Amino acid sequence: MKLYEYLGKKIFQAFDIPTPRGYTIEKAEEAGKIAEELGTVVIKSQVLTGKRGKAGGVAFASNPEQAVAEAQRIFQLEFDGVKSERLLVEEKLQIEQELYLAFTIDSAARCPVMLFSLDGGMDVEEVSEERMIRWPVNNSVGLHPYAIREVCRLAGVTGNLQKELLKIVPSLYRLFRELDTELAEINPLALTPQGIIAADAKVTIDDDALYRHQDLPRIKEKTALELQAEELGLAYVELGGEIAVMANGAGITMSTLDLVQHYGGTAANFLDFGGGADLERTAKALELLLGTDPKVLLINIFGGITRCDVVAEAFVQVKESKGIDLPVSFRLVGTKEKEGRAILEKAGIQAFTGMDEAVRHAVALMPAP
Amino acid sequence: MSVFIDNNTRVLVQGITGNQGSFHTGQMKAYGTNIIGGVSPGKKGQSVEGVPVFDTVFEAHKEVQADASILFIPAPFAKDAAYEALDAGIKLLVMIPEHIPVHDAMDIMAFARQKGAVIVGPNTFGLVSSGKCKIGIMPNDYFIPGPLGVVSRSGTLCYEIVGQLTANNIGTTTVVGLGGDRVVGLNFIEVLERFESDPESKAVVMVGEIGGSSEEEAAAYIKASMKKPVIAYLAGRSAPPGKRMGHAGAIIEKGRGTFESKVKALTAAGVEVASLPSEIPALVKKVLG
Repeated sequence: MKLYEYLGKKIFQAFDIPTPRGYTIEKAEEAGKIAEELGTVVIKSQVLTGKRGKAGGVAFASNPEQAVAEAQRIFQLEFDGVKSERLLVEEKLQIEQELYLAFTIDSAARCPVMLFSLDGGMDVEEVSEERMIRWPVNNSVGLHPYAIREVCRLAGVTGNLQKELLKIVPSLYRLFRELDTELAEINPLALTPQGIIAADAKVTIDDDALYRHQDLPRIKEKTALELQAEELGLAYVELGGEIAVMANGAGITMSTLDLVQHYGGTAANFLDFGGGADLERTAKALELLLGTDPKVLLINIFGGITRCDVVAEAFVQVKESKGIDLPVSFRLVGTKEKEGRAILEKAGIQAFTGMDEAVRHAVALMPAP
Repeated sequence: MSVFIDNNTRVLVQGITGNQGSFHTGQMKAYGTNIIGGVSPGKKGQSVEGVPVFDTVFEAHKEVQADASILFIPAPFAKDAAYEALDAGIKLLVMIPEHIPVHDAMDIMAFARQKGAVIVGPNTFGLVSSGKCKIGIMPNDYFIPGPLGVVSRSGTLCYEIVGQLTANNIGTTTVVGLGGDRVVGLNFIEVLERFESDPESKAVVMVGEIGGSSEEEAAAYIKASMKKPVIAYLAGRSAPPGKRMGHAGAIIEKGRGTFESKVKALTAAGVEVASLPSEIPALVKKVLG
């Protein structure tokens, strides 16, 4: 779960990481009063998409009238189809240098990694490898000052800046660990005459750990159908094509989508209904599949702990209760295959045994463009 | 020779009295796995599928001496259970559960390194030494002995591929599920190393997917140190960037972990990358001669 910048900054404050003075607003007029108090301000849209700056979602204003006008303009902008519900209005910092600081997860080393660069402000991937210092943290001993001194040495940082980093880096690591974050990023970390200040905040919480952070607000980035799937505990992604796809297992579902593309079709969604689902859960997954108004259904079942008879039974139930008359391509093999096939045959459906045949058939069922 | 486990491996089941734990204890026993005990706090004295149940891993390990343990524990309690197994001296831990917080996974890996233990998973189907020992949840029928080592990030897709090989009378030495999470214990390289030095494994099939860099790292290892032929299949060619495709680890982030990057690295290492799962049996036959 990604957090909006203003929420990330609230958390930074709680962890003693300095942030600019500022306020969030929900109405453009409020920007005027803040500009009166803070002088020249920066007005920032609060959206989860990247590159909001390039989309015009960040502006400076040197007086209250201009602040209100810019706020009005930004409130009207759409970022990937989403408007900013709030704006963050902050003092304009006197930035001498922009740094980059983050903690994230190093999957290869299986541990947290600290990232630091003197070339902040731009995208991480645009910073050359030599200029981006990566420091894997041994999480059984934690992050200690020696590591920060070494990172400073590698980056060529000395004096006052090193002293400030020795204060702020442990705070960010503590936040990273205590809040179960996948990413805690400050870009830019601004060097100002008043010291270093987090000019931006990107905090992403591990969805699997949200249960132990009940105090955090829940940010919804998903579509209505994706949310419905989440409540059912199903892995679901909308893709916008014509063939609705359901399979059991993440890898085989991805592979099924690849085959759809390979044989010239377009997939409406990714839906992995997992292993060993019961009748009710399977039926709910099938109902979800109809949500994007697809032209064809493709169901690919390789039954291990998933039982073919349960899937077939659920399909027939949903087909009858919802009156589905869409063309369907069914692949059914594995546990209780014979029973499953018999149930489908009664409903007039001949199931395939091979994945390729089933996908090719689904693509052939797509309406002509 | 077997990789990681064989007929003599003594296996403990943590969470044995739960639905999944008891069902898969029966399945593993049916496959021939030597299950010597189970753990479920407060359930000491019971037995599941004829296997004695203990209150703690320490107690079980003292009474029946286990080499390996398989975890059927809900995600919020999995770290505690894994720590317990590692602290009690278990050297091979198979972690079935999905949705374990990634910070918990990193903590478990750090403790395992300290203890010199091997972790398989989390979010894995487990591993099987074909015809000898299965520590996992995969369907028994497909895993027959043969000359092929298989290593996969995903479960059902691996069954699909092994199922197609079995239908072509090609069996396996060992099949290892790495797990679909961002942080997992065993990675491709550690398993490829074992296959390279195992005289019974004549070739390797690796099943990868988008996200992370473990396929690229495997490619570097294959190029530098592997003589046996490797055939790969990768899922997620059509996946959009920035979306998590079911597995926590299956996501293209900031242009990293793409299908193209993995195919490029593997092809450059001399690995034949199949475009469809159904092409794999023919490719395997070709390299086995």
